Formats: sequence, structure tokens, C-alpha cells
Amino acid sequence: MDLSWLFGRMSLEYLPHEPATLAAAIGMPLLALGAVGAITYFKKWRWLWKEWICSLDAKKIGIMYLFVALLMLLRGLADAAMLRAQTAVSVGDASGPFDVDTFQQVFTAHGTIMIFFVAMGAMFGLINVALPLMIGARDVAFPWLNSVSFWLFVVGMMLSNVSLIFGGFSNAGWLGYPPLSGLEYNPGPGIDYWIWSLQIAGIGSLISGINFFVTILKKRAPGMTLMKMPIFAWSVLVTTVLIMLAFPILTATLAMLSLDRTMDMHFFTSDGGGNPMMYVNLIWAWGHPEVYILVLPAFGIYSEIVATFARKALFGYKTMVAALVAIMFFSFVVWQHHFFTMGAGANVNAFFGIMTMVIAIPTGVKIFNWLFTMYRGRIKMTASMVWFMCFVFTFTLGGVTGVILAVPALDFQVHNSLFLVAHFHNVIIGGVVFGYIAALTYWWPKMFGFRLHEGLGKVSAYFWQVGFLLAFMPLYALGFMGAVRRLDHYTDPEWVPFFIVAGIGVVVIGMGAVALVLQIIYSIWKRKTLVDTTGDPWDGRTLEWSVPSPAPEYNFKTIPVVTHRDEWWHHKQSKTTQAEPALEDIHLPKPTSIGVIVAVGAGLAAFGIIWHMWWLAGLGTVIAIVSIIWRTMNDDTEFTITAAELRHETGAKS
Amino acid sequence: MKHDNDEKSNVASLGLWIYLMTDLVLFASLFATFIVLRQNTAGGPGGAEIFNMPYVLIETFALLFSSLMCGLALVTARFKRRTAMLTYLLLTILFGAIFLGMELAEFALMASEGHSWSESAFLSGYFTLVGTHGLHIAVGLLWASILFVRLLRRPLERNGLRKLGLFAIFWHFLEIVWIFIFSIVYLVGGTL
Repeated sequence: MDLSWLFGRMSLEYLPHEPATLAAAIGMPLLALGAVGAITYFKKWRWLWKEWICSLDAKKIGIMYLFVALLMLLRGLADAAMLRAQTAVSVGDASGPFDVDTFQQVFTAHGTIMIFFVAMGAMFGLINVALPLMIGARDVAFPWLNSVSFWLFVVGMMLSNVSLIFGGFSNAGWLGYPPLSGLEYNPGPGIDYWIWSLQIAGIGSLISGINFFVTILKKRAPGMTLMKMPIFAWSVLVTTVLIMLAFPILTATLAMLSLDRTMDMHFFTSDGGGNPMMYVNLIWAWGHPEVYILVLPAFGIYSEIVATFARKALFGYKTMVAALVAIMFFSFVVWQHHFFTMGAGANVNAFFGIMTMVIAIPTGVKIFNWLFTMYRGRIKMTASMVWFMCFVFTFTLGGVTGVILAVPALDFQVHNSLFLVAHFHNVIIGGVVFGYIAALTYWWPKMFGFRLHEGLGKVSAYFWQVGFLLAFMPLYALGFMGAVRRLDHYTDPEWVPFFIVAGIGVVVIGMGAVALVLQIIYSIWKRKTLVDTTGDPWDGRTLEWSVPSPAPEYNFKTIPVVTHRDEWWHHKQSKTTQAEPALEDIHLPKPTSIGVIVAVGAGLAAFGIIWHMWWLAGLGTVIAIVSIIWRTMNDDTEFTITAAELRHETGAKS
Repeated sequence: MKHDNDEKSNVASLGLWIYLMTDLVLFASLFATFIVLRQNTAGGPGGAEIFNMPYVLIETFALLFSSLMCGLALVTARFKRRTAMLTYLLLTILFGAIFLGMELAEFALMASEGHSWSESAFLSGYFTLVGTHGLHIAVGLLWASILFVRLLRRPLERNGLRKLGLFAIFWHFLEIVWIFIFSIVYLVGGTL
């Protein structure tokens, strides 16, 4: 009997049979089963469904983003450990623990997961938690779309992890260059998993980008002009512009690659008139802005943290804004520096090389602004501040190697080498990871009502810092010695010590991650002693610290009227007691399950396309479309907290 | 509550505008790819050989007419002429459907002559770019139909006018994109 109409191209050969993937394929479902069991045992399903899964509260969506990002960080680190375990031993006649195909899948998964499901996830998590509070808003512009975005992100994440159990992941690197990622060289489902995992998460990111852009433009508290916004809000505004201009390119590019693979088109194939370099140009037209999308919010976070803990207004607010906007512009005119070796000619390469170097100027302005903010400040060395200090050191180093790479003549020598790998880890770990962990520490009390343990946070920061240096400084040297990236085996025994040191570095970074997890667990255990009763544990400057911790569902009882840049700081300094404005009814969005349903529909459709199960692809699409229509038909989407209820609540507390 | 609704409509319409701008970037990527690959016919036909210009012109007029009807629907809605508004909206859908039908017939004809999307990079680019616009038109038709049913069942109030206005922005946007497709794909691509 032919069941291919039902199962598409599924077959048992796609089940894992290689030890490493087998272990993961058994371990992950067991872990998931354990979680399901625990939730059932503690009878938490209803709570989980009502309070979290259906929630349209930006702060809760943010916490869920951060939870997923943290889980994926551990997965990505495990991948990194596997890669470095291989390179530490796989020399000469010796072979490493993994075969070539597994190794390739692991480095692809490492890159994809770290960028899309750790960095992007943490970024949207932090924006959701902090941004509406910072600009004095009750909510985002489109609460339901926010939920859709989050669940699309989760579905994308799940697709990339399901591939491990059934079918295998892409082996073509995190950007999946054709023709390697084309049908001719990669007929299996791995690349399709990668495409649809990114496509779905990417559309979620695009929707979020639009959502937060409109939120910032339309939902600011009265009196908060653009130039009175906290720098974090500015960095998010600029980032959302980048998202809106860059992510549609990713959507189109992935769609075309998918059409090449499923409809036998010839965009990027080596035959039929296709042009693989077109893909490389398009993907970097998205990819370069993408790295700024990740790092600009981190810059915003550092600006808030350094001003708070230096207890001074940020030095050079206006130049900071100008620098952000300049970076936004320049990030779109440098994409070609990712492939100087394409052969575009000396003049084109020179243009892109110079543009790349020019970006160092606004970035340098920011570094100096932060340093001058610290100058003569009364600095409190909290854990967030330690992360910041590690950032300044590491990121500056990474910036310098970036300027080196921007020289086309030199880039020809180290193109695709471990020098490049060291460079981008230098800026992404130093800039993005340190920044988001600093922000997690900084805003944790606002999310949960208690602080994270300071000591363990600092321990984690030091482990990460030292581990980073051990893991990546040898890679700079190896790059100069000729080691290319994505190398699963080499013959030169002189490289061994460098790779072993890099391996030790990964272990130290791993200890930093363990310290981070311990910090969270210990702080939850000791939450009574770490409790934040004031709502303002750091003596903060911006509006999120003016409300209790954890922030109430409606954020602000009455919307604040803003007169100054660091409004909350100014309010505390002036000590004028304003008359409490009268309480009014608050309208908030009702929880709804339609966000999850849309994302599940999209996930089913993607799964159907990956496995050529066309009925499932159709069914998933119909589910998604019908639920969207259902939602738009519903006009009753809000509930009200009346002024009387608010008064009652205040009375009960005081 | 009235103020609240104005505020919401304001936010929704800005959101839609911004979404359309991102959609424009999506189309720009497809246009760029089409332009780069337009001469890569890989031994297959070029645009001059397979485009039927009079047919495409009629198709274009169907879409432009649909857009005009949509504009009239919005104007009559503002003057509270409900029956006229419903008629114009129905005509919008009708001419949009004619456009989409003609486009699909054109695609089917090309494919039946052996010139499908898998023949060359040029045809991949052509089918994808024009097809993406067609997909948007299909979404627009679905949107307009739901809107029509909704407006048919209720008296014309602010909320209905607001929803019609949002649809009109989307529809006119697709018309503008089509003008670019007509110029770049058919007029420029048709000279090859």
C-alpha cells in the first residue's frame, strides 16, 4: 500500500543512528516528558494555560522569551563544547568523537540557535519586559500580535530541535549558502528544517519589530518627547527600523531558496541560469543589519546600567542618539564586506571596506560616552556593572579586530578562517551576551520582585570573561596560521595546543553558564531575603522603577506625565509632592489562545512542507488563516479594571 | 470610549502603513533578484517571446478599475450611502477576481506551453515576483469578502468605516506594486 500521500518522504532511515545524536534524541524527549509529568503532578496545567500561554501581558511574554532563550543558550553551549571536543583531538591519524556530517550539523545548529533563539529571544524578552514600562505605557500597540510573535518564535525553535530527533538538521552553516544548501547537494529534510525554522521565527521577529516601532511612536507617556526617551527606548526604536528593513529580505531570500528546493526553481542553483552569489548578497543584506539588531539594544542596556550605577546622567545623550542613528544607516551599506573575495573589483571592495571602518566611529563615540559617564561618578560595582566592565574590555577588542578585517587586502588572507570566527564571537559574546545577562540581572527585580544574588552573578561574569579569552584568543592565532572555520579534522600537530586551550575555554564558559543558572536557582530559593519592597532597588533613573516590583499587570495606576529626561530620578530629587491624579478605569487586553493556535498552524504547515506531506501543509495554513479571521471578527477583546477596584487594591496594601 | 476608539484606529492605521513598508522591502528583494536574473534564460524563452502585452494591459486595467471602485466605496461610505458603498465594494472584489483569474490563466498557458518556473532563472523570478503579488491580491480578496459580509449585516458605523479604510490602504498599495511589475517585468523584461 502506498502511504506516501500521508507520510510524504518520511521513512525510518531518518531516525538517528549515530551515538551523539541518538543520546540527544532520547534525552530531549525524556526531559520534555519530565516537564510534562511535573506540571501534571503539581496540577499546574490550568495555571500555565491561563496565566502564561494565553497571556497578552507584555511582561509575561517577555519572561517566557527569556526562559526559552536561557534553555537554548544551554543547548548552544553544549553544541560549542562538542565542536571544541572534536577539534581538540581530531588531528592526524586520530579521529574525533563525531563523524563529519554530525559535526557539520552541530556547527550549523550552534550558529542558528545562538543567533535566532538565544540572542533574538533574549532581545525581544527584555524589550517586552522593560520597554512599555520605560516609556510610561500600559501595553504594547498590538498585544495580540505580540503573542503571535512569541509563539512563532517558539515554533521555530521547536522545529530546529525536532530535527535532531527526526530527519537531521542542516549541514550547510548558519547562513546556508547555496549551491551546498540546494537540492542537488542536499536533497534531505535538514536544510528544509533550517529554512522553515528561520522563516517562522523571522516572521515573528518582523511582526514584533512593527509592534514595538508603533508602540514607541504612539504609546509614550504625555510629555515624553523622543529626545526625552531613555536611551534604551532609542536603541529599540532604531533596532525596530532595522528589523523592518532587514527581515523582509530574509523572508524573501528563504522563500526563494525554499522554492528552489521544493518547486525546482532556479534562483540560486548552479544550473538553469541561477546565481548562488545573489543569495549571498541577499542574505547578508539582511545578515549585517541583523548583528546590529542584536547589539543596539545591548548598547541601550549598557547606557541605562552605567548611568544608574555611576549615579550620573548619561554623558552625551544627544551624541548617543546620533551614533545610534548613524549605525542604523551605515549597517545597510557594508554587507559586501562579508564576501570581499567574491570578485566585485577593487573599487567596490574599497567602498565597502571604508564604510565598514566608518562604523567604528559612532561605536567609538558610544564607548567614550560610557567611560565619561563613569568618570567622577559614584560607581556601585553591582553584578550588572561587572558585566558592563567585561563588555567594554571585550567588545573594544572585538571592534579592533573588526577594523582589521575591514581592510579588503588583509581580509583575503583571513577570509573564512578562525580569525573571523574569533572576531564575531568577540563582539557577540562581549557585546550581546554580556549585555543581555547584565540586563537580566538589572531588570530581574522588576519581573519577579526579588533581586538576583550579586556574588554568584559576579562569579559568572568572571568565568565568562576568562573563558572567552581562553576560547577565542587561540582562534585568532590559528586563523593567522591558516586554520579555516568549520574544520572537523586537521593534520598540523602544531595547532593542537591552541585547540586544547580553546577547548578549556569552552569549559570555563560552561562554568560561567552553570554559575548563572545557580545564581537564578539560589536567588529563587533565597527570594525572601533578596526581596525588593521599594520597587526601586538600584535607585534607578527611568520610569520602570517608579512602579512596584513585580510590576502590576496594568503597569501604571495613572499614566505619568513626563517633564525631564531621567523622569524618575528628577522626581526623586525634586521631592515635590504632586497631587495624586484621580484614578480612572483601565482597559487591558483579554487573554486569548488564538496566538498559540496561529503559531501551531504555521508550525504544522512548515512540518508538512519539510516532509512533503502536502495535506498537512494545507491543513496548517487553513488553521492559521481561519484563526486570524476569527480573531479579527471578535470586537470584544478587552477587560476593564475599574477605578474602584484600583482604590481598593491600594487601600489593601497601605 | 470614543476617544479610545480614535486612538486605536490611529495606531492600527500606522501599524498597517508600517507593515506595507516592510512588504515593499519584500517586493524590492524579489524585484532585485528578477532584475539580476532577467537575462538568464538558460536556453528558454525571454519575455518578448512569452508575454502577451495586450492581455497584460487588459489585466492591468481590471486591477486599476478595482482600485477605483475601492476608492469610490470609501467615498460613498463617508457620505453614509450604504447601498452605493456595498455595490462599489462588490465591484472591487469582482474586478480584483477578474485580475487574479486572468493572471492565473496566463500562468497556466505558459506552463502548458512548457515554460514553467523550473525552466530558467528568468522564469523562476517572473513567476515568483508576479505570483507573490497575486498571492497578496488573493489575501486582499479574502479580506474584502469578509468585510463585505460584515458590512452587509450591520448598519454603517465608525468601526465599519475604519475597517474599510484599512482595507483600502492595502488595496491601493497592491495597485502601486503592480504598476512597478508592469513597468519592470513586462515593459523592460518584455524587450528581452
